[in-house]
Amino acid sequence: MNSSLESNLFVFALAAFLGYEVVRRVSPQLHTPLMSLTNAISAISVVGAIVVTGAGHNTTMVVVLGTIAVTASMINVVGGFLMTDRMLKMFKKRKSQ
Amino acid sequence: MISSGFTLTVIAAGSFLPRHQAMPAYVILIYLTAAMLFALSLKWLSSPKTARWGVLAGEIGMAAAIIATLFLPEVRHYDWIFIAFAVAIAVAVPMARLIPMTAVPQQIALFHAFGALAAALVGTAEYYAHRSSMGTSTLIAIGFETLLGYLTFTGSLVAAGKLQEILPTQPMNYPFQNVASISILVASVIAGALVVVIPGNPIIFPIFIALCLLFGVMLILPIGGGDMPTVIALLNSYAGLSASAMGFVLNNKLLIIGGALEGSSGFILSMIMCKAMNRSFINVLFGQVQANKAAKSDDIYGGNIKSVNAEEVAAILDGARRVAIVPGYGLAVAQAQHAAGQLYELLESRSVDVQFGIHPVAGRMPGHMNVLLAEADIPYDHLLEMDRINPEFENIDVVIVNGANDVVNPDARDNPNSPIAGMPILNVDRAGTVIVIKRSLSPGFAGIPNPLFAAKNCLMYFADGKKAMLDIIAELEKL
Repeated sequence: MNSSLESNLFVFALAAFLGYEVVRRVSPQLHTPLMSLTNAISAISVVGAIVVTGAGHNTTMVVVLGTIAVTASMINVVGGFLMTDRMLKMFKKRKSQ
Repeated sequence: MISSGFTLTVIAAGSFLPRHQAMPAYVILIYLTAAMLFALSLKWLSSPKTARWGVLAGEIGMAAAIIATLFLPEVRHYDWIFIAFAVAIAVAVPMARLIPMTAVPQQIALFHAFGALAAALVGTAEYYAHRSSMGTSTLIAIGFETLLGYLTFTGSLVAAGKLQEILPTQPMNYPFQNVASISILVASVIAGALVVVIPGNPIIFPIFIALCLLFGVMLILPIGGGDMPTVIALLNSYAGLSASAMGFVLNNKLLIIGGALEGSSGFILSMIMCKAMNRSFINVLFGQVQANKAAKSDDIYGGNIKSVNAEEVAAILDGARRVAIVPGYGLAVAQAQHAAGQLYELLESRSVDVQFGIHPVAGRMPGHMNVLLAEADIPYDHLLEMDRINPEFENIDVVIVNGANDVVNPDARDNPNSPIAGMPILNVDRAGTVIVIKRSLSPGFAGIPNPLFAAKNCLMYFADGKKAMLDIIAELEKL
């Protein structure tokens, strides 16, 4: 096993555990915004798509696939965060009477 | 402008360089900060009070990571990246701003499809660009990335189609469907293994992609509307895992973390949904709807159904001091959340204490009902989850059940032979009076009769969910 795979597996296992512990505490009221927020966060894959697209135009196919990937994940980033915030804005406490 | 001869030399030299250059230290630091902001973002989501800070933390982490990536030395061409950004913003902003809250589940399913497609395409591009120089572990990671990416892409599109009712929401069953789905899964895994063993073969990878796409369709197509909350949560998890696998391929720990957070979150949510329906994953994915073996509805309902109208309901509510409203899937379908909000306002203004009791599978996805009711201006401290409202029902004078059926069926609690025995329910039958708003006595998703409707303290108001609420409000205003 090479060292980068090993450290990647450690990071994965700890991040999954962290996610489990943090998400378990999220109020069930917020499960829809939770799903939309985690989806926006996992669209960090846009970073990988940028590297593939921007790293030397190897072949047309790589650039085409990369550009579609950047578009798709960027839709996910922008849309995901905007929609999460739009939903959370609606959660209000009782009006003071 | 570099001459084409020079460009060719650079490309030729590039293929002998290591696939990914070492990252500059400042990028590593920014990625680390982004990872911590993501964790903080989910932590702040634990309560509605801090939740919007959570979104901000996530946004800052994301923006920082994207900007740092643009400055990586290996990113040399910006034209297509910025075109992609412009297209994405033009598509995403109106999408996120205009979509009605009732359509949020299909919107999120579409976002899953986009995210998964990105992971799958990056995996495909990496495979074709570098397959000759890849180690076995990278090829295995590419296999997972593309398998999960493509199956989540088509699966989420089918789920979105069902939620938008473009595709039939009824479970679509055909003979030997499980055999067919599992054969395709096995075939895709074998194709994936061949991709790893003989990476040079040009034919296997497209076959692998086709099988993954097909499996996504076949996995989700047979699943009915009632199981959508579990399915969306499961696809949420897969979308995250495919992003995480991409991190293994590109050796990028920020991607691994971001994907793993979504992967475990989706996993927890689908477990919660399964528990709320007292079913297993396997049963949701591969279980077929059983023929109705329950008692005949006539035996239960015969002569015991008491029907009321809006005027009578208003009179009952007039004398109540504590009221609970139990909304179900039907309320979301009838788009009656604003009518429920008006009834809430009216009752509160008459000093009646009103709470909402929300079952985990009440909406079309986890937590959906809370979003709809929040949209109707109902304060979130009046939206109670099942475990919090259940002990309260004995002290509640009137419960209005609107559009819910199986989740208030006392058979799940009392009759061990019931098909839904063991499913957690809202104990509305323990309240003083139960008013059930429903179009008819037709069964819910479980296809079984509900003895609640024939109970002594239960009154049936046969009407459309939204119209009934508005009529009750009109009658109550006369009193």
